[in-house]
Amino acid sequence: MPEASALLAVADLQAWYGESHILHGVSFEVRAGEVVTLLGRNGAGKTTTLRSIMGMVGQRTGSVRFAGRELIRLSSDKIARAGIAICPEERGIFASLDVRENLLLPPRLRSGGLDLDGIFALFPNLRERLTSQGTKLSGGEQQMLAIARILRTGARLLLLDEPTEGLAPVIVQQIGRTVGALKAQGFTILLVEQNFNFAATIADRYYVMEHGRVVDHFPTAALTANMGKLQEYLGV
Amino acid sequence: MLAIFGISSYALFGQLLIGLINGSFYALLSLGLAVIFGMLNVINFTHGAQYMMGAFAAYLMLQYLGFDYWVALVTVPFLIAAIGILIERLFLQHIRNLDHVYGLILTFGLALIIEGLFRNEFGSSGKPYQVPAVLQGGSNLGFMFLPNYRAWVIGFSLVVCFATWFAIERTRLGSYLRAATENPTLVRAFGINVPRMVTLTYGFGVGLAALAGVMAAPIYNVSPQMGSDLIIVVFAVVVIGGMGSILGAILTGFALGVIEGLTKVFFPEASSTVIFVIMAIVLLIRPAGLFGRIA
Repeated sequence: MPEASALLAVADLQAWYGESHILHGVSFEVRAGEVVTLLGRNGAGKTTTLRSIMGMVGQRTGSVRFAGRELIRLSSDKIARAGIAICPEERGIFASLDVRENLLLPPRLRSGGLDLDGIFALFPNLRERLTSQGTKLSGGEQQMLAIARILRTGARLLLLDEPTEGLAPVIVQQIGRTVGALKAQGFTILLVEQNFNFAATIADRYYVMEHGRVVDHFPTAALTANMGKLQEYLGV
Repeated sequence: MLAIFGISSYALFGQLLIGLINGSFYALLSLGLAVIFGMLNVINFTHGAQYMMGAFAAYLMLQYLGFDYWVALVTVPFLIAAIGILIERLFLQHIRNLDHVYGLILTFGLALIIEGLFRNEFGSSGKPYQVPAVLQGGSNLGFMFLPNYRAWVIGFSLVVCFATWFAIERTRLGSYLRAATENPTLVRAFGINVPRMVTLTYGFGVGLAALAGVMAAPIYNVSPQMGSDLIIVVFAVVVIGGMGSILGAILTGFALGVIEGLTKVFFPEASSTVIFVIMAIVLLIRPAGLFGRIA
């Protein structure tokens, strides 16, 4: 893989929370238009990898190149302005904001984001709930709101942290269709997922993480061939 | 003359007016404290000193530069806010991730230093400040005499309090503030420069204190300890209203001013302690304050 074709290239990324050294040299890349999934057990460092790309950890070293630009020394607001947006694991819906305010909170930083009509086409439920308090929504609606609000900003790379966690199967399917639609609209997506069956329906490639490192990777086409190995990695 | 419970209406409404005046200052100051606490997690003990600096700045501008009340009312909040921004950049930003106690000690120390400097320079006797010409005099409402300047203070502080509430609860900028109060890391990851917002928020809270100081100059004497006299009561107001609640700070400020005023009429002996008695009761029943969220 020549590096020039990668939209996001992470090399030897190390990260710390206070005294705890969480990432020990993570390297992988994501090409424009791809959906790439990070797999791994709890505590392998998947969430920390996303937060480190976004500059939301205490300390980090290594290299995070996005569209040819080095981001490792930038603060997270500048990283957002470069064109990356995160949908965090805990969803991060603000209780003191109503749905409309939550949706409009992330400012438009670049051109090319979806307008509200485009967002409501993907998430029709949100249109009816605009005046509700953000945290009064159901878990599935909160997840959709958390994804919807980062589509306005003009970000080209979306970091989605376990978007299906704790949701009913019918909602998981809906989120799967949405991620597929986003891919079709040209978004690049880096996904962290425990739900392997969900990931298998939308991802182009997989990286497997263990103990703060990437230990394996393969494309979707090689999934069945690698199933045994993968089950060992994930302990399922 | 009208009389209620053997008390003349002039005495009753006179004290009610004083209560509303005090309540205006309680509301403006506790509002600033609430805004600062929400965003910075700092209990700003320098608030009283910043209020005093506002009053002194108005006094000095009139004495030495000949700028009248109206010029002071517009410029002094920005001037003192700029000093506040300097304090935030120099000191407060470095203790952001530490325990509340550090912010409390730091701002309390700053308050002592500022007050000491002013006492050294100007002595502790109060300096008079003229009521601006257009607001001199008053009107007899039949049941009481209402001085124009006091009516102006109550009206203007209501406007400022409402505008602040509106800006925080109903505007886009306010939604950034509320969101950053909940989860600053995520708001920053959405591309908003949260540290700059924190600095400006501190400046805004300090500016409110200075505005209150300018408004207070023609009512109370301008003196170095005018802030520490008031701020103790204001902290009790904040505790009763609940830390970090905007509406709570405003309503509690006005309500306690009125309660204090009425106590002066009906049971004068308790008038200086009534607020602290209420504080003790509220702490027993609702430790987070009347409008506070339990953190």
